[in-house]
Amino acid sequence: MRYLPLNDADRSAMLDKIGAPDVDALFVDVPEEARLSGPIDGLPMHASEMAVEKHMRRLSKKNLAAADAAFFLGAGAYRHHVPASVDHIIQRGEFLTAYTPYQPEIAQGTLQMLFEFQSQVARLYGCAVANASMYDGSTACWEAVAMASRVARGKKRKVVLSGALHPHYAEVVRTMAKFTEDEIAGAPPSLTAKPDDDGLIARIDESTSCVVVQYPDIFGRLPDLEKIAEAAHDKGALLIAVNTEPVALGAIKSPGELGADIVVGEGQSIGVGLQFGGPYLGLFAVRDPKHVRMMPGRLCGETVDAEGKRGFVLTLSTREQHIRREKATSNICTNSGLCALAFSVHMTLLGEKGLRSLATENHRLACIAAERLGKVSGAKVLNESFFNEFTLLIEGDARKIVRDLTSQDVLAGVALGRLFPGNDALGKGLLVAVTETTTEEDIETLASALEEVLA
Amino acid sequence: MSTPNASGWKPGTPVEGHNAMSGPDTATGNRALLLEEPLLFEIGSTETTGVDFEFAAKLDLAGVEQPSPPKSAPASRLGGFERTDAIGLPGLTEPETVRHYTRLSRQNYAIDLGLFPLGSCTMKHNPRLNEKVARMPGFADVHPLQPVDTVRGALEVANELAHWLIKLTGMHSVAMSPKAGAHGELCGILCIRAALEARGDARKVILVPESAHGTNPATAAFAGYEIEDIPANADGRVDLDALKGRLGPDVAGVMITNPSTLGLFERDLKAISDAVHDAGGFVYCDGANFNAIVGKVRPGDLGVDAMHINLHKTFSTPHGGGGPGSGPVVLSEALAPFMPLPYTARTEDGVVHLVEEEDAEAFAQEHFGRQLAHFGRMTAFHGQMGMFTRALAYILSHGADGLKQVAEDAVLNANYVLRSLEDVLDAPFGHSGPCMHEALFSDKGFAEGVSTLDLAKALIDEGYHPMTMYFPLVVHGAMLIEPTETESKAALDQFIMALRSVAERAKTGDESLKTAPYYAPRRRLDETLAARKPVLAWEEPNPPAGTPTLSEQGGR
Repeated sequence: MRYLPLNDADRSAMLDKIGAPDVDALFVDVPEEARLSGPIDGLPMHASEMAVEKHMRRLSKKNLAAADAAFFLGAGAYRHHVPASVDHIIQRGEFLTAYTPYQPEIAQGTLQMLFEFQSQVARLYGCAVANASMYDGSTACWEAVAMASRVARGKKRKVVLSGALHPHYAEVVRTMAKFTEDEIAGAPPSLTAKPDDDGLIARIDESTSCVVVQYPDIFGRLPDLEKIAEAAHDKGALLIAVNTEPVALGAIKSPGELGADIVVGEGQSIGVGLQFGGPYLGLFAVRDPKHVRMMPGRLCGETVDAEGKRGFVLTLSTREQHIRREKATSNICTNSGLCALAFSVHMTLLGEKGLRSLATENHRLACIAAERLGKVSGAKVLNESFFNEFTLLIEGDARKIVRDLTSQDVLAGVALGRLFPGNDALGKGLLVAVTETTTEEDIETLASALEEVLA
Repeated sequence: MSTPNASGWKPGTPVEGHNAMSGPDTATGNRALLLEEPLLFEIGSTETTGVDFEFAAKLDLAGVEQPSPPKSAPASRLGGFERTDAIGLPGLTEPETVRHYTRLSRQNYAIDLGLFPLGSCTMKHNPRLNEKVARMPGFADVHPLQPVDTVRGALEVANELAHWLIKLTGMHSVAMSPKAGAHGELCGILCIRAALEARGDARKVILVPESAHGTNPATAAFAGYEIEDIPANADGRVDLDALKGRLGPDVAGVMITNPSTLGLFERDLKAISDAVHDAGGFVYCDGANFNAIVGKVRPGDLGVDAMHINLHKTFSTPHGGGGPGSGPVVLSEALAPFMPLPYTARTEDGVVHLVEEEDAEAFAQEHFGRQLAHFGRMTAFHGQMGMFTRALAYILSHGADGLKQVAEDAVLNANYVLRSLEDVLDAPFGHSGPCMHEALFSDKGFAEGVSTLDLAKALIDEGYHPMTMYFPLVVHGAMLIEPTETESKAALDQFIMALRSVAERAKTGDESLKTAPYYAPRRRLDETLAARKPVLAWEEPNPPAGTPTLSEQGGR
């Protein structure tokens, strides 16, 4: 077996050293009745690289890859061009096959990268401190809610969710809240040209620990975070801003700048790729450094070594489970280290200039798409504002249309009916995302296809 | 004819009285291949970019200058939220970027460089075929919300992996969506809580042994439980009688690691499970150490109700410097109805379905003939697809014979380390019989003032990543060594020789241990300073007088 270096001569020499007659003697503590007598039911014997690759390729080919279609899906996962050097760097064995940097003397590569990553995220979000990553945007969102409860010392239990928060994120928060006694005040999503900021503000009261608002929201609209932050702060609540498209922050003001207290999001857009939903990259930052000790997850900090050279270590770990056990701020251990590296490398390649250009190009193409698709008879654009994703209202069942168009290799977007099942009022909604990978030809293909089915 | 290497020196042979690292200071601070690298923020500029965009190209192929396209769309639709201030993100060109990260990478230890004996972390070789497979466009370039007919192959991967995880563990079902081990623990504990609540039986306590990973108590607390300790007996295993004495109507369940973090198989696990079940509770098994028994023992046969599987341990998906992981949770029949959404299911016609919130109820009725009671959703989308492809390739590569050999070689390697070192290092449970996949030592016998940390740092100089230290908590100055099955005998022999050498220095009180390592990219780092005065983000040095720091301005 190509992955196992021991040969039979090694094994028998080692058993001699151990003083065991055979390898079964090493499993003596496993009760006889618990031992498997034969091979795993139905599992074939070992296979060559060629055979396994062939099997996996066959499965891969059953999927329609985004590159082979006119592609318009978003809703929390965006298709962007990732420079080739990103994948090269994350496949360097020294990054790929390293462990969590608990031994800083021989992990400065990962640690310095994390310090740079934290700094990039903090700046992008307009915050003081970002952590070294969470699993993904949805779990980061839940962790932010849990943190707000800690900040309120458990005295405030009401969590106000915007109706335009990604429904998967809202569902994760609701799921966890069932077990933590947080009271979730949600609201049904409504298809209006502007987000209902006033309605959201009206739901904030003295018992509110936090308000959770997505920016841009699930329909692509831009809520007035500054106004919501003021209202939340008036009642002593924290504003949690959720961003699922970091490229947007190259064009719009950062949530921290607008007064959000905790900013969380999905970092997948930068460097990570679609990967059918995971692994992704949870981003987590706080605007006010006084909240740092309440944060979940790992933090990398600067220090010096015994010779006075600058170096980096994981720090403030007294918040974490391996030290604090049941009193930890979170149970998270493994995070998304390698995805954080991919994000950081891609962000380094972009730099501020590149990020702004990328954001401008995304917005420019989205404006072209909105204009063109809005002219399709039987379709209109809902949004007053958007970045690279907007909601198209079409005269028909958007889910069916999306399914039907796949036969023409058009992946038209995410039907709201898929995201909000059972909500018939949203059945006409189609979320259309446009990035730098979208061509004007793709836009024309989608527009023509819609014209045909809506005729 | 004389040979240039007259002494016959070869790698692995020390050179007496010669310290290769001594020599004059250098102007750069570099030492040949040991290269220092500044922070990105010190070398990059906000005006530099390593990415070219189509629309930015000024010349066509004939070399004629084209008019620049508009910088932004005719009318911005950003709703008045346009960014006006600088962000402060430095950029580098591609050659500078590749060099920056390549130089950083060389300051890392990694499995590709050598043995990585971290107990309970299972740092084994990461097969490169798996990397290749995960990057196939049908897996890497598909969106999680594409219509299911366009992603049947991806769903088949998730389902095929799920199938083998169930077979390998002898369990009823598996929840695939948890993102890592601790997330899987949470999933399992929430299944337990949901099952108890469904029968109107609110229980308050989860029992966790002191030797457990920190994630266990943290998880149970996150799920709203009180934590109580399970006592251990003299040979380090769960004290069955003490456990039975504590079980009662307030105990929701136990969390047990098997094999334990002492490297021991819990002989009485079946009896423990029976006792817990009799008292109305559930058994959670931490599967971090599944590598020791994969293909040899099925947790389902031992009465386990839920167990997470770290695909990044047993099934070799890369640790990546701290993640991403993946933590599917196998479940007993009693807990299966409560597992989170979404999940995949193969119907008799061979089609693999993605079961989400909207059709969960109807699907369960139609195909299982019963109501399910999913406790909710743990994450957006469907789980760590990129890890599923890798883990499936791993399982198929090894096959039934290979996986059994994995467990046997992992256990053989650990016992070889244990028995090769127990004359120089104290093995507190060496008398308890063979160990499983990891060997545990204590600091007993070290000279006054020499600690496990000192020994670990000296091991760095010998070219090894240290073992897991000070864990489990029940052993003083613990050193937990897990060599894994992907080490050769020659690699183990050299590691044993190195560890013997530093152990002997620890016993004689070699003062130089206390300031090790000497040859790493950094000497010991001041962790106290880092925590006392946290600097967690880059700030420009020497700002004009009166400029508030980031900390003072609170990011605004």
